[in-house]
Amino acid sequence: MSEATALDAVVSDAELALQLFVRSPSLFGGIVLRGDGPVRDEMVAFAKGAISKFGSVAKIPSNVDAERLLGGLDLTATLATGQSVMRAGLLDSAAGGAVIVPMAERVQANVAAHIAQAMDGGDVAAILLDDSQEPDEAPPAVLTERMAFSCDVSTLRSFAGEAAVQPIALSKVQPLGDAQLHAIAATSAALGIGSVRALIFANSVARAHAALSGRTQPINDDIAAAVRLVLSPRATQMPQMEPHPPEPEEDQPQDNEPDDTDEDRNIEDIDLEDIMLDAAAAAIPKHILDQVDGAAKRGGPLKKNGGQGGKSGQKQKSAMRGRPLGSRPGVPGNGKRLSLIDSLRAAAPWQNIRRQAARADDTRIIHIRKSDLRVRHYEQRTESLTIFAVDASGSSALSRLAEAKGAVEMMLAQAYVKRSQVALIAFRQNAAEILLPPTRSLTRARRALAALPGGGGTPLAAGLMAAQQLAEAAQRAGQTPTIAILTDGKGNVAMDGAAANRTVAMEEAHQAARGVAALALNCIVIDISPRPREEAADLAAALNGRYLPLPQAQSAAMVAAIESLNA
Amino acid sequence: MGSFPFSAIVGQNEMKQALLIAAVDARIGGVMIFGDRGTGKSTAARALAATLPLIQVVDGCRFNSAPEAIADSPDYVPGAKVRSVKAKVPFVDLPLGSTEDRVLGTLDLERALAHGEKQFEPGLLAKAHRGFLYIDEINLLEDHVVDLLLDVAASGENLVERDGLSIRHPARFVLVGSGNPEEGELRPQLLDRFGLSVEVRTPEDIADRVEIMKRCDANEQDGASFAAAWADEDAKVLKRIAKAKAALPKVETPEAILEDMATLCKAVGADGLRGELTLMRGSRALAALDGKKTVTRKHLKEIAPLALRHRLRRNVLDETGSTTRIERALEELFG
Repeated sequence: MSEATALDAVVSDAELALQLFVRSPSLFGGIVLRGDGPVRDEMVAFAKGAISKFGSVAKIPSNVDAERLLGGLDLTATLATGQSVMRAGLLDSAAGGAVIVPMAERVQANVAAHIAQAMDGGDVAAILLDDSQEPDEAPPAVLTERMAFSCDVSTLRSFAGEAAVQPIALSKVQPLGDAQLHAIAATSAALGIGSVRALIFANSVARAHAALSGRTQPINDDIAAAVRLVLSPRATQMPQMEPHPPEPEEDQPQDNEPDDTDEDRNIEDIDLEDIMLDAAAAAIPKHILDQVDGAAKRGGPLKKNGGQGGKSGQKQKSAMRGRPLGSRPGVPGNGKRLSLIDSLRAAAPWQNIRRQAARADDTRIIHIRKSDLRVRHYEQRTESLTIFAVDASGSSALSRLAEAKGAVEMMLAQAYVKRSQVALIAFRQNAAEILLPPTRSLTRARRALAALPGGGGTPLAAGLMAAQQLAEAAQRAGQTPTIAILTDGKGNVAMDGAAANRTVAMEEAHQAARGVAALALNCIVIDISPRPREEAADLAAALNGRYLPLPQAQSAAMVAAIESLNA
Repeated sequence: MGSFPFSAIVGQNEMKQALLIAAVDARIGGVMIFGDRGTGKSTAARALAATLPLIQVVDGCRFNSAPEAIADSPDYVPGAKVRSVKAKVPFVDLPLGSTEDRVLGTLDLERALAHGEKQFEPGLLAKAHRGFLYIDEINLLEDHVVDLLLDVAASGENLVERDGLSIRHPARFVLVGSGNPEEGELRPQLLDRFGLSVEVRTPEDIADRVEIMKRCDANEQDGASFAAAWADEDAKVLKRIAKAKAALPKVETPEAILEDMATLCKAVGADGLRGELTLMRGSRALAALDGKKTVTRKHLKEIAPLALRHRLRRNVLDETGSTTRIERALEELFG
């Protein structure tokens, strides 16, 4: 049996996921292949070959526009033939098959939305090729949410897939038993997965795995595969790491089944859940683990944003880049580009009249006047990002922190109107930490701020470096960053985390400050010590920024000062 | 995924309630659903649209006109014979990147090129007429498109003055927006235009989660028999909506209740008059759904969080959720 051998040869979860996916693309929605390399190319080629047996595969270039994606009138052909020629969109042409999205982490929000809509229709699956390098890069969550699989293929050495692939007949497999369903539900809850789609996918994957293994009754191995493949990559928290379990039913599922009187079976259920949890925890991919870990170290509430930890930031980023905003009458040149279709559209209604009015020897097919010309214009969203780097050390009194929090919230409250984002970095003890990645969301900010702890030394250099990195990322995304540093300027922790050597710490801080100054941004140092001294003023000078002593640090005054920078 | 039976949706009662109210009285002005991904927001809206009885539309009309209202359609040629067919209640899913052209409608390029005719090509608004317009992640949609949508939703009419066209066609639909507040806030002016708002959470209960998996699996394996199994329940929902629609004009709102509404809005500091209007319409629809002839405080209490929570002025430093504030006010005022 070729199907059995196909599964026997599978050694890694990534291969397993791909084998399952190509057998029933529409059921699983899609697969994310993270990490560039020749092995991934082979995997894509295999998937293409397998899927093209029953549906077509289309590649979506990164510069695709809505017209090409959704189809419409083929203007060139229409003009040439004089009859309307329609062209199928990429999504239509891939109906029943799959689309391949290269550089998925950079795909634009509007393109992602159209693909997601097609996936909701149920006849297009997607293969996302994710080349993310930075931890905060990721394909749009609208898409990953709708796909069962996400795997890291950068560590794979080789891939060999058989060309002969039979679709899976799920109907031959019995539905999962209650205990098995319980195990999936409990595991997903323990991993902090909110989305119901994950559950539905896990269920399908378990059955598909059973079918692929030649079973008609799903066994625990099938559940374990589903947990590893579907649930682990979506984890937003480590199981049993929360200080107080918010949902008691996680540990005692029998509470939810009062009518379930069979004691023995319940014990088995719990065993099964434990096994699944272990399997899930072991399979959490490293980049997710890092995020989850960071959240846990912070000691604050584990973030659960939309079931996909930390991924929402990236999507917003791609939504911010200048987006074509239609066209306006105008003459091309001077940096303006001609919008051919819109120009023709403007000229079209007049063709009959102009043809009649034209001289007899005028054989032009299309009569275009200058007034028809349209130029494209893009919306340049010059979004601003205010990065707060807050000294949360013991030397900055705790009350100041409250004022800083107040200032962040006040700026955020107006963020929507001003089209600005806010980020928050806290530095204390021996490291700096991004408490709040760039966001417009008040809800998220409030949660991060509530978790802002105080006390310890002042790793000023680390704080500045973190601010610089954020600022650079923002500049790359086309935003205009402003850095506001709230400190007393007394750094006493060096970059390597060693405390007490004040001289080294300050030297490093000034070096970092010059690095920030090289970005030529608006900077402000707000001195929050009760008696302002020259350290903070020196720092401001090194940053090439403004210095504002604010001994009675007040939120409103702070906001006013920061806003005056950009005025 | 095909359509899922409305009554087979596990939990999420508040969302279902809000959608039912909107189905009974479209003037309520749309439903905004806040919540994480994968909580069944679009499934619920889609399911309700699919459950509603077929509507009569004029054959060949691109504006979903009802036979009795054909004169409002730009496609109508006076004197032409009108033939009507049955059609599903439209459900239009507006993608994030939609341009003004696609939403409002634009010059029909094909006609213009081939025949040199100026003709209007209807947009998504025309498609959604008499049905539902669902916008996922409305907080990420371009502001000017959202403004436009809310304008049309409020007036029930789409007026196009562009590309040398001047067209007016009816566009009455239930606007359902969804969004995750963690990914960006909506402007308060915009939020205020929505009649009701709902907060959905992922089902925390394990038993619910298991039930969801079971039902989705059953639907996926054999959609037809799953739908048949839930047809009776869906029929009940339909009956309830139809009854409520018929009874709605006769539902009375006592003076005392109206005063209660005004007091409540004042107490929680809901800006503007829309809050009170929505309270009134919402509790009336709720009473109609309950089969009652008079609005009571029970209805008011039930509708208040949905009608008001998105209209409270936000106090930056007060972390109390809007829902809690409304509940507290209800408790204090009416016990």
